[in-house]
Amino acid sequence: MQSAACRRLVSILKTPTQACALDLAAWSELVASARAANLAGLLAERVATAGIEVPPEAARHLAAVRQLSRRQTQSVRWEVHGLQRALCRLGIPLVLLKGAAYAVSDHPVGRGRLFGDIDILVPHHALGDVELRLMVAGWASAKTSPYDQRYYRTWMHELPPMVSVRRGTVLDVHHTILPLTSRHNPDAETIIRAASALPDLPAVRIPRPEHLLIHSIVHLLHEGELHNGLRDLFDIDGLLRTGANEADFWQRVVDASRTLDVVAPVAFGLHLAAHLLDSPIPPPVLADMRNAAGGPASRLLTMLYTTAIRPENEATESPAAMLARFAIYVRAHWLRMPPHLLLRHLAHKSIARLKKDEPAVEGRA
Amino acid sequence: MIDVTLYLAPVTVRLRAPFGTVRHHLETFYPDALRPSGRTGNFIDFDIRIAHGTGWRRWLRPQARFLLDNTEPFLPLPASQAAPLFEWGLNWCLASRPLGYLVMHAAVVARDGDALVMPGSPGAGKSTLCAALTFIDQWQLLSDELAILAPESGSLQPNPRPISLKNESIDIVARFPGARLGRRYADTRKGTISHAAPPAASRTVARQARCRWVIFPRFTPGSAPRCEAIGRAEAFARIAEQSFNRDRMGDTGFHALCGMLDKARCFDIAYDSTETALVMVRDITGR
Repeated sequence: MQSAACRRLVSILKTPTQACALDLAAWSELVASARAANLAGLLAERVATAGIEVPPEAARHLAAVRQLSRRQTQSVRWEVHGLQRALCRLGIPLVLLKGAAYAVSDHPVGRGRLFGDIDILVPHHALGDVELRLMVAGWASAKTSPYDQRYYRTWMHELPPMVSVRRGTVLDVHHTILPLTSRHNPDAETIIRAASALPDLPAVRIPRPEHLLIHSIVHLLHEGELHNGLRDLFDIDGLLRTGANEADFWQRVVDASRTLDVVAPVAFGLHLAAHLLDSPIPPPVLADMRNAAGGPASRLLTMLYTTAIRPENEATESPAAMLARFAIYVRAHWLRMPPHLLLRHLAHKSIARLKKDEPAVEGRA
Repeated sequence: MIDVTLYLAPVTVRLRAPFGTVRHHLETFYPDALRPSGRTGNFIDFDIRIAHGTGWRRWLRPQARFLLDNTEPFLPLPASQAAPLFEWGLNWCLASRPLGYLVMHAAVVARDGDALVMPGSPGAGKSTLCAALTFIDQWQLLSDELAILAPESGSLQPNPRPISLKNESIDIVARFPGARLGRRYADTRKGTISHAAPPAASRTVARQARCRWVIFPRFTPGSAPRCEAIGRAEAFARIAEQSFNRDRMGDTGFHALCGMLDKARCFDIAYDSTETALVMVRDITGR
């Protein structure tokens, strides 16, 4: 967040009226930053809501990404109807996570957002049946190497990604929210049990607002890849603003982070949102979380995230950002699995990457 | 190193490239679209860089990389293909970045604002026919590769860029009156390729046009000439297949394509020589 372009993007997303003062070249840079941060749709929504006059050249891009977001929302809803059909016979709850949850529940965070994979959470005991039924419904495993298959099935919190044979949509089937090998051990049952039903989709559930927030934070801090870091941070901001409409929301966040054994990451995530986006988090909540996590947020870690989180078009330009991203990547893997597993995994991955590089000699586009 | 802004209505492109071949390509094919970048205060739709390969690929079997907004959407090519890489990459930008235009894989030529759209699968001969119509029959070239339709006005946008020629078609087009070809690039993914400069008239009078005819061309050596009118529904299905973003544009894309076909007559033609094809097109369009 240290470049001028990134700071301007953030401050215009927070206060869209500032965009009135931009000239055409500044709009050009703003739209490029927003697109590279995967936030062009949010920018479009906020500028439209504030009634800002946008120069036609920039308006084309913003209108197009809004349209794409609406189209993707429709596709996600359609896919979820298909999942309902494929899995309803199992009689298990099918919990939507992240983008799919926002799209299907018409959450404010979903407006203008672009959607990638569809993420669902199902009870662990039903995993085998779920996978079988999905395969019958036209979903195939995307990872074909035996190592990847074993990596996901033994150590991860999800099945290897599945791809719709006909449409190419990617589906991640989770049975918990953090890798099995991770330092934290959240019990996903609490999320599944508390999730709320939808009127026209009997098997489908939407997590409680505090669980949506916690999952988004845990995902950002444990994923290790920050390509969508700024977007994820704005998701977190939107989730906590919407969640706070319920009177006991913050108490629930504090309690749920204890129950799920993720106090430290949630404390740090809230600190980051307050620090980088001025998200409205009550100071007593921040203090409570800080105490529960056993002390204030690490200044080094704060500095790393502050440096690393920026739009993709400038990330590769800055050695500091690259370094910070690398450190965060290593840390995320460190949290993900114990050292001996980590060593084995990274060794395998680098050998596989070396092998994969060889055909590139031919030079293909 | 060049750093230029290209005005290629409907988009403005900033291009940075250290390759002399790219500079030469731009000077040959985009003489009037070219301005030095600097502080021009423009809105840039695509910020493109063609860069050297990284690490040892800078020197040994050197590569050219295509970067859009500093991200690399596809694998590098040999450095000798830096200029074709720019053309392919720019097509990719137009086809994949959401800009509100319905973009289809088709050649478009026009006369007095009436456009002829020729969708084509690769190898069907659409570029050769497009070049023939442009150079021999003096149609205005809108694009030999991408039909760009603005849903709000229903008109096709001119994007007159060099016509991209492959293999046998290079020698055929080189013989057309007024055709000016650039250098040949051997051993690309598509075989030997070259580019033909659009006639000056197409570049200066770049006006929008409305679709009046859709022709699906098929060049088949030794085949008897065949021209068959087809229904709009069939044409819709076949163009939809050749459209990059109709599905992503949801109902806007659907209605835009319906609107384009509403006023169009559609034909399927097969021919074994450019002359035959030109006669067929003259018969269909009456021009």
